[in-house]
Amino acid sequence: MSIIETNKLNLWYGTFQALIDVNLAVAQNKITALIGPSGCGKSTLLRVFNRMNDLIEGVRLAGSVKVRGAEILGDGTDLIALRKKVGMVFQRPNPFPLSIYENVVYALRIHGIRDKQKLDAAAEKALSSVLLWDELKDNLGANALTLSLEQQQRLCIARLLAVTPEVVLMDEPCSTLDPLATMRIEELMIELKKRYSIVIVTHNMQQAARISDDCGYMLLGELVELGETKRIFTAPRDQRTEDYITGRFG
Amino acid sequence: MRRPFDYIIEKLVFFSGVASILFVILIFVFLLKEGLSLFGEVSIQSFLFNVNWFPISDPPQFGIVPLLLGSLFVTLGAIVIAVPMGLAAAIYISEFAPRWFANILKTGIELLAAIPSIVLGFIGIVTLAPFLKTVFRLPSGLTALAGSIMLAFMAMPTIVSIIEDAIVSNPKSYKEGSLALGATRWQTVYRVTIPAASSGILAAIMLGIGRVIGETMAVLMITGNAAVIPTSFLQPVRTLTATIAAEMGEAVAGSGHYYSLFAIGIILFIISFIINLLADLFLHRSRKGKRKR
Repeated sequence: MSIIETNKLNLWYGTFQALIDVNLAVAQNKITALIGPSGCGKSTLLRVFNRMNDLIEGVRLAGSVKVRGAEILGDGTDLIALRKKVGMVFQRPNPFPLSIYENVVYALRIHGIRDKQKLDAAAEKALSSVLLWDELKDNLGANALTLSLEQQQRLCIARLLAVTPEVVLMDEPCSTLDPLATMRIEELMIELKKRYSIVIVTHNMQQAARISDDCGYMLLGELVELGETKRIFTAPRDQRTEDYITGRFG
Repeated sequence: MRRPFDYIIEKLVFFSGVASILFVILIFVFLLKEGLSLFGEVSIQSFLFNVNWFPISDPPQFGIVPLLLGSLFVTLGAIVIAVPMGLAAAIYISEFAPRWFANILKTGIELLAAIPSIVLGFIGIVTLAPFLKTVFRLPSGLTALAGSIMLAFMAMPTIVSIIEDAIVSNPKSYKEGSLALGATRWQTVYRVTIPAASSGILAAIMLGIGRVIGETMAVLMITGNAAVIPTSFLQPVRTLTATIAAEMGEAVAGSGHYYSLFAIGIILFIISFIINLLADLFLHRSRKGKRKR
């Protein structure tokens, strides 16, 4: 069953059309990767799913995007509820300049939870699920900016998991990490897909091949092809996809 | 022909560069020389702790406690008014206002900084003082409160622009991260934006204090100028700066009164020096913290 579904989704930045008739379905508890050359619209598409494009002036949308069957475009959408359900991990780790603990419980606090025991329990659970708890449990008061980049990115994932989202959007989450750290974050993603549905944008085709179940290839604002990752990489149906994955282009 | 010309220019530039330090040192030495002459006549303790400022009585008393408290009252009042307002204005300009309106507001605040302090003092006398007089049923509206309010206006531009700078230089990723977690814009501001800009905010407060404590003309005009120990904001006060401005003309050169005004100058110098040092410290810290990202 698909958790996110777009239908004829179009998006313009001013007069520039960044997404053209995108029809995409994201399956539950799977990792869906979006690949394609820079500027193809994959990050833009990702940001539609939790309406982060709203921050940019002059963005116009047409078509339909449904999360669990509910339309999320349009002015009536409760963005706070949506973003709680559909969380996002950014390209550069962006922990807040607060303590590790405050970072993890940030979203809980803003959603009105004050009970210290609940916060503590949620912090431990979230940090454990990104495998940071043992490393950091004695140091929760330290400023999050003092952590390594990998730890920071894990912390950002933990911060997100604390509100138990259904979908986790990841915008090139490993692009600032070294290969070892990348590998460990990938392992984490595979672990996380048991409980969450993940959409990841990546520049790295090997990464998409390694971790994703489904894969979509985007070019110039169009979703050229979407299918099971194995099939996309072995028997692409579209010539443009084949050119890209065989390295003839991009 | 080129060499001597280069030589002269080089020396000229060097001198200009060194001049600023030289002047500060000269001023300080002059201030010290004149100011310290007082302490042959009066002890430092009595200067700092005597509660009477009677410079032309016989014998004269040079206690700066009432003046220090006057400055403290006016400054404290101004900061209590200007910091919350300035912080709110900076947040509105940087986070909530549409761009065109933010630009208008910024220009307006810069204009506020361009108003000569004597004009503010004048407006204070004509409008604010009578207003306070009626509202609080006072014998005179020329009080510490009047001074605080007018000085708050003067400190606002400094405070707003420095806090705004600090907020704008926050990485955009903080804001995005917070909104992506489902925070409202306001929650984002007070849970992430303000803590992340805290060093800049502290620096703004310090520079605001520096601006206020050194201000002379407006306070001279609207605080009532009574060198008594204030017990409330609704009393006239006399600040350190206003004392020098008001009495320098009538003090006999070389008298204890004359030296005491220089000694007050030393005190002011020390206060501003400390405040500027703190402001620098905070600004430096805020920049360093940002560069890491």
